[in-house]
Amino acid sequence: MATSTTNALAGEEPPGPSPKTGNGRTGQQRSALLHRLDLKGAPYAFVAPFFVVFAAFSFYPLVYTAWISLHRVELATLDVMEWVAWDNYVDLVNDSRFWNALQNTFTIGVISTVPQLLMALGLAHLLNYRMRASLFFRVASLVPYATSVGAAALVFTMLFERDFGMINWMLGVVGIDPLDWEADKWPAQAAISTIVIWRWTGYNALLYLAAMQAIPAERYEAASLDGASRWKQFTHVTVPGIRSTIVFTIVLSTIGATQLFGEPLIFGQGPNGVTGGADNQYQTLGLLLYEEGWKNYQMGRAATVAWAMFLLLILVFAVQRLIRRLRPRTP
Amino acid sequence: MTVNSLPVRPDIPVRTEPESPRRLGRRLLRPGAGRQHHAGPLAYVLLAVMAILSIFPLYWTMVAASTDNTRVSQTPPPFLPGPNLFSNLARAWDEAAMGKAMINSTIVAGVIALSTVMFATLAGFAFAKLRFKGRNILLMLVIGTMMVPPQLGVVPLFMMMSELGLAQQLPAVIFPTLVSAVGVFFMRQYLSEALPDELVEAGRVDGAHSLRIFWSIVLPVARPAMAVLFMITFVHAWNDFFWPVVVLDMTNPTVPVALTQLSAGYVRDQSLIMAGALLGTLPLLAMFIVFGRQIVSGIMAGAVKG
Repeated sequence: MATSTTNALAGEEPPGPSPKTGNGRTGQQRSALLHRLDLKGAPYAFVAPFFVVFAAFSFYPLVYTAWISLHRVELATLDVMEWVAWDNYVDLVNDSRFWNALQNTFTIGVISTVPQLLMALGLAHLLNYRMRASLFFRVASLVPYATSVGAAALVFTMLFERDFGMINWMLGVVGIDPLDWEADKWPAQAAISTIVIWRWTGYNALLYLAAMQAIPAERYEAASLDGASRWKQFTHVTVPGIRSTIVFTIVLSTIGATQLFGEPLIFGQGPNGVTGGADNQYQTLGLLLYEEGWKNYQMGRAATVAWAMFLLLILVFAVQRLIRRLRPRTP
Repeated sequence: MTVNSLPVRPDIPVRTEPESPRRLGRRLLRPGAGRQHHAGPLAYVLLAVMAILSIFPLYWTMVAASTDNTRVSQTPPPFLPGPNLFSNLARAWDEAAMGKAMINSTIVAGVIALSTVMFATLAGFAFAKLRFKGRNILLMLVIGTMMVPPQLGVVPLFMMMSELGLAQQLPAVIFPTLVSAVGVFFMRQYLSEALPDELVEAGRVDGAHSLRIFWSIVLPVARPAMAVLFMITFVHAWNDFFWPVVVLDMTNPTVPVALTQLSAGYVRDQSLIMAGALLGTLPLLAMFIVFGRQIVSGIMAGAVKG
């Protein structure tokens, strides 16, 4: 493969109109050989860059993470790896911060993913109407997606400020006492989820909208002939019609939720960011990984957290699959 | 599991002419087959509320960045812009290193988007139109890699970059994301529909070798999809957070690094922070204002997260 790829890529023949200008048999044989090499080798050469970069910078690090997690490695001396076998895992399982971070990741994940996807479904349904200014509404719903994570987190951090934030001011207008959004556990998690929901609802709505537009009109006609109301049509035609896209967005959002990092880091405004609040009340697994590696200088422990995250993802997907297996399929 | 569920429009006709991104956008945005109901007043009201909720935080960023600290923390909070927008932006550009961060982010996101588009088009063409042993297995592999969250390898990646002497350097941010599985899949879907087999065959008959066919036949056809993929990849690269914060510091920041630093300061200079936030998102917003239609259609045509 290697030889053929170099031939195909080095372009032994100058890119002329035709390589068939060989004189005599040797020339013809040579160009025929080159042609065969090109046919066989070029496709591999075309897909090789992707696999090479992926292997070097994604796959190898993932595997190597498992190896590092069995060692004690300090940030200052990265080349010194001391074998500690399962110690890091034992420490992790006995560390209340890990269970706390796991719980926070799960709760923030649920309260940001579920409303986000439900709202996206409603929004997609609205965008699917024939209307004026449809492009404006679509682009408007994508504005949050075009906002950088950092900027979004900074703005919402200010809006949720305890003393002069706009949200508490609005609550005051309706006569509700101000909340301490950062210091209290549930308000903090709700605020962080708000940032996630704001950023991704419009994006998911567009994915749903694309899927909705691929549903054949006949199905709606058949449903309305059967006397199905608008709502019935939505639940019996639209939602089943985009089921695969819904599954797909659930998978994406789950992966995203597991990795939550930037929003809580900035929401904590400084020293509280890395620890996810003074009492770790909104520390996610991503933050814990960062804290272990780049604040406590324990790379081995950070790798252990990363590997735990990976196992967690696999577990979540296994459970999801199981649920889908066990649930009786509606025809 | 997610293979067949990529929301790819099945109704893109085969064409021999390259299509302008503008036309592609128009075609993908025409009212769908789904429902032909006209929106009632309630739908408009709800959509207007949605648009306000989407835009307001950004509008307020601009308001907060244009006043001074005493006015930002007033009750009721200000709703109209003040006079200091440009002086605050200038302060953020210099003092908060946002200027350097934006230049760095532009380089990083630009290089990543370029290389992603190039390699995705090459691989997408091979998967869509060339026959070779193991094609399906390799394609399944590409799709499988979408499931691997990149963050999980940060520890060894950091060690690699330190060893290579690249820590705190831009290449450390660029290398790991030079390719994207989603991009490969996106281009494959597009080219299987938009690139007629006859065109490739004709090139073969003329005796052109694969690279030449790619250069003079595939690229012109792929151009609109390449433009869309470039923009979406640029957005994602610009917004990538974890890895840059880990591997860079304030000597050489990108936007997320500088914004994290801004928020970590003990002196809460709110107008400065908001000016930084506004700067950090301006390039993306500008892109959306100019190419909103294409980006919308690209996402609807099956580009996906990260």
